[in-house]
Amino acid sequence: MKVSMVVDGVRYSDDVEPRTLLVHYLREQVGKTGTVVGCDTSNCGACTVHLDGRSVKSCSVLAVQADGHEVDTIEGLASDGVLHPMQQAFHENHALQCGYCTPGMIMQSIDLLKENPHPTEQEVREGLEGNLCRCTGYQNIVKAVLSVAEASSS
Amino acid sequence: MTTTADRRSAEIGAPRTRKEDRHLLTGRTRWTANITLPGMLHLAMVRSTVAHARITGIDTSAAKRAPGVAGVFTGTEIADAQGASLPCVWPVTPDQVAPPHPAMAVETVNFLGEIVACVAARSATEARDAAELVDVEYGELPVVTDLAVAAADQEVIHPDLGTNRSAHWVFDSAAAGTGGDVDSAISAARESGVVVERTYRQQRVIPAFMEPRSVAVDPTGEQTTVWSSTQIPHILKLILAMTTGLPESKLRVVAPDVGGGFGGKLEVTPEEMITLVVAGRLGKPCAYAETRSESLMGAHHGRDQIQKLTLAATRDGTVTAFKVELTANMGAYLGLTTPGIPILGAFMYNAIYKFPAYRFTCDNVFTNTVWTDAYRGAGRPEATFAIERMMDELAAELDLEPLALREKNWIRHEEFPFTTVAGMEYDSGNYEAATAKARDLFGYDDLRAEQAKRRADGDPVQLGIGISTYTEMCGLAPSRVLGALSFGSGGWEHASIRMLPTGKVEVVAGVSPHGQGHETSWSQIVADRLGVPFEDVEILHGDTGVSARGLDTYGSRTLVVGGIAVVKAIDKVIEKARPIAAHLLEADPDDLEFANGTFTVKGTGKGKHISELALAVFLAHDLPDGVEASLDAEATFDPANFSFPHGTHLCAVEVDTETGRTTIRRYVAVDDCGVVVNPMLVDGQVHGGLAQGISQALFEEALYDENGTLVTGSFVDYLLPSAADLPSYLTDRTETPATSNPLGVKGVGEAGTIAATPCVVNAIVDAVRHLGVDDVPMPCTPQRVWAAIDQARERSAARPSGGAQ
Amino acid sequence: MIPAAFDYQAPDTVADALAALSSGADEVKVLAGGQSLIPVLRLRMAAPSLIVDLGRIPELSGVSDDGDAIMIGAMTTHDQVTHDPLIAEHAALLARAAETVADPQVRHLGTFGGSLAHADPAGDMPAAALALNAEMMITGSQGERTVAAKDFFVGLFETAVGEDEILTSIRVPKHTGWGSHYEKFNRVAQQWSIVGVAATLRLDGGTIAEAGIALTNMGLTPIRASAVEQALVGRPPNEDAVRQAAEQAAAGTHPPSDANGDADYRRHLAAVLTRRAVLAAAG
Repeated sequence: MKVSMVVDGVRYSDDVEPRTLLVHYLREQVGKTGTVVGCDTSNCGACTVHLDGRSVKSCSVLAVQADGHEVDTIEGLASDGVLHPMQQAFHENHALQCGYCTPGMIMQSIDLLKENPHPTEQEVREGLEGNLCRCTGYQNIVKAVLSVAEASSS
Repeated sequence: MTTTADRRSAEIGAPRTRKEDRHLLTGRTRWTANITLPGMLHLAMVRSTVAHARITGIDTSAAKRAPGVAGVFTGTEIADAQGASLPCVWPVTPDQVAPPHPAMAVETVNFLGEIVACVAARSATEARDAAELVDVEYGELPVVTDLAVAAADQEVIHPDLGTNRSAHWVFDSAAAGTGGDVDSAISAARESGVVVERTYRQQRVIPAFMEPRSVAVDPTGEQTTVWSSTQIPHILKLILAMTTGLPESKLRVVAPDVGGGFGGKLEVTPEEMITLVVAGRLGKPCAYAETRSESLMGAHHGRDQIQKLTLAATRDGTVTAFKVELTANMGAYLGLTTPGIPILGAFMYNAIYKFPAYRFTCDNVFTNTVWTDAYRGAGRPEATFAIERMMDELAAELDLEPLALREKNWIRHEEFPFTTVAGMEYDSGNYEAATAKARDLFGYDDLRAEQAKRRADGDPVQLGIGISTYTEMCGLAPSRVLGALSFGSGGWEHASIRMLPTGKVEVVAGVSPHGQGHETSWSQIVADRLGVPFEDVEILHGDTGVSARGLDTYGSRTLVVGGIAVVKAIDKVIEKARPIAAHLLEADPDDLEFANGTFTVKGTGKGKHISELALAVFLAHDLPDGVEASLDAEATFDPANFSFPHGTHLCAVEVDTETGRTTIRRYVAVDDCGVVVNPMLVDGQVHGGLAQGISQALFEEALYDENGTLVTGSFVDYLLPSAADLPSYLTDRTETPATSNPLGVKGVGEAGTIAATPCVVNAIVDAVRHLGVDDVPMPCTPQRVWAAIDQARERSAARPSGGAQ
Repeated sequence: MIPAAFDYQAPDTVADALAALSSGADEVKVLAGGQSLIPVLRLRMAAPSLIVDLGRIPELSGVSDDGDAIMIGAMTTHDQVTHDPLIAEHAALLARAAETVADPQVRHLGTFGGSLAHADPAGDMPAAALALNAEMMITGSQGERTVAAKDFFVGLFETAVGEDEILTSIRVPKHTGWGSHYEKFNRVAQQWSIVGVAATLRLDGGTIAEAGIALTNMGLTPIRASAVEQALVGRPPNEDAVRQAAEQAAAGTHPPSDANGDADYRRHLAAVLTRRAVLAAAG
């Protein structure tokens, strides 16, 4: 089937099988290998992208469902070499180690603050309940998200 | 303005942000599964759907006809190419027995998920579709998944062995001359002291690195390149060569970005071997990426031991003997280091204490489950769990304050160096300092007071305090020790330094980090010792074509062993540069001082920076006679001893006695990992380690049913905690430098995992001990905690009343 | 992993969707938000020949006032249910339950109707719908019919929706001014409920005038805790009265046993969680 969608600001039109998952379309046809697959049951959140501005797990969306919509991935966040504030905060707070969960974690963190710009620590933790990290114990991820929230209020 | 001298003194110990972050933050990553090559074929594995069977037939005809398929292979078809067995490099006893472990099953399958066939196709989708068409017939055999049942040998899994017992390993302090006789000490304690006997279960857990394993092989050209999501590119290269007969020199192994390992990628996997063999057969690049379900069922698991423990003491709480009888689940086969994992703990059960007698025995047993092997801590978390749980049990038995009991038995700081009852020489430590700091940060006395009040009030939510005063052996490993343990490798590490003409420095590392941050911490070391800017240092690793020698990353060895190799190589660079500097400065080499990267003629302002000398050797226009035109140097470092980080962790939990739910209220970790190169990275390692240790205590368990099906076969059932399920941790440090290496560093990658598990379980038991509970098996699920309370209540109700209370 | 191949249709009207369902394909699956179905397809635990995606039918989404009830389109997402003002005013229990479903990403796509039609015994929305006496509007080639929540959940993953029918909307009687709470018990945050209790109450002059209580994962379908409801009515919402009433929560239930808890534990939990849910709902 033909699909057409805007990914990180650029329109792509391709043929896909109906069974193609959005994450596979992004990785294999659009070349957005920054978005990764970590599980097969939509638990880990590593594949999180934004679909029309809201976070979704791209392993649990068919590419055909995204036809006509807008998708934003980790690769579209930095502009002109300047990191998005959330990327910068992850860096400054050592919120990543192996980096595999990082694309999904950052995309979900951005969505979290969009919905709740001034969360408590507990709200940040709950807002990230769909993203698994095995390296950081989450402490510095939570710290990074809170630091972005604080910066936007001052 | 920052002077060079300021910068230098600030480098070691500076919380530098990581130089390796940017590509990970922006998605410009090089995971193995991202690699695509012209003509690349994709593999799908056919895995056994039964746990124990003879393969009576495989029909691949439909799969071979499926669209896009380039080849379908069974174990019989690739038996010669894959070699007789994947290797186990650690035969722990001379009479150890083990079955061959073919990468692809040939005659029998011995766990559910074992690979029985493989499809190569033009796309991963076509490969998967065709794999579904492979029809395998099995002649089913009895399945044994339970460790205790397997140990009884009623059903023998590998008939050729005649037993399920692979090996029996013993350490006895009396025999070794490192201590007294355990049994006589226990007998004496039964007469006049106290003996505490417990059996604990180290449940089976799964490393669950976030990046599923993948491998890509390019057989085109003269040298075959293997990319793999592995912790051990060098070992993988060597073993692929030795197993297949391919010349070692014809293989190049690359570990690109690797998404976590935790011991789970310390393996030479069937998938790597099969992809190599199939790529060779088809003459085309081949790639395989496992799904999470495949990873959970087919990648090695960790722990899975039964610990029978006997601790003897005098009535004043002085421990007189510790006896450990271990039964360890190997799974169906022996992986790379499977039999040695429980043995790694053998030297740590006595922990920080001055026990006079110690005996450790271990029975390694086969079952119809995926094999076990390294998982973060590997043997040492199990040991620490056993002794730290037992010290709390002893304290309860004698009604002593558990911290005071520990202090009574631990090695005092003025007693270092100290040779333990297990024969280890601990070089340094200060358990008093770490404990005092932890106690203070935790608010120990206030929490004890709150605990007493809740108990008195009969609060449905009870408070418990857990203690874990741990040590571990890091820096694997002195080669001589490994030799004495029959390990099939040395424990050295290698590094080389390339001084580039533009003043940049390339460090080629034999270790292969995958998230730990060594690019940053090593750059700090190089900047400090060589006097070059942090930004000018590049760390190259993970590619055997670039890094010729190395033994890779595991066992908290990267900084302690590999980092010292870097230091030694830097020292050689400096010494190579000295005569050149002297020549250019027209001075005697002995009159030169090297500081902050510059050779200075003593008493003058004249000097040459190391980067100027790098350019001078590149030009080679004016070098002293007989001096080679290179500052580059390499070094191999073999540690003389392990390092022994330690620390005190304290955990307060709230246990909801109505539901059994545990909530961590406060967690304080004070670790002593010696000199700290980068405190931010150390904290990160501790945080992640704590999460895994806490998770073993509360959440994780790999469960098989009686048919050998992994019940926890996806992340729906194999529970990993999210941010919402874990507390924030308060971490701090004491710093007692290691005396065994020039940096004074000890290693920190496994500390959190080792310390946290007993700390949490001790806290849970402490919360409900007054209700009659003295153990909750791991993971301490709400149901198990509730059941423990419920059963204790029933016991006390059934007990005849001993008088008015 | 990659699903087995299937055909796909994304009709933009209910009529076209019904036509697709009756098109004679071997096995047809209706795709709502896909948050349960797509993982099942990926694991190849289901391999339908045709997927009918309801995502492009605008009329199936949204919440509207319908006099003494509110109408919620089946394709309204959990996230919308959580934040919708009409639901907050008239059926707050749904919002309390919806906000506990899975995780934010799943709530952005997963739908109210989808979770009802999927009828997972550990799903949270069915119990909330049952406690509120919701009515399911089902459309098929024979026209529209209404099925009460108590008759909708037939068995394990089984509802009153026929193979050629679609759950189009849910009519929820207004519970304006009622207190609500959904008490979910699980081991990690994104896990399915081990046990859940949906409770909604109308207080009148210091006593409980009406109560709706339903249990998640205490059997193959969501279960109405009628005995608890009856015991609560006329009593003050205090600790003793509620504790006493909640003791009956597990009466007549047949909960499952698994690694997260055996049946006895679940029965015990049902009583504890019911007490907590009712007290929380009473404010």
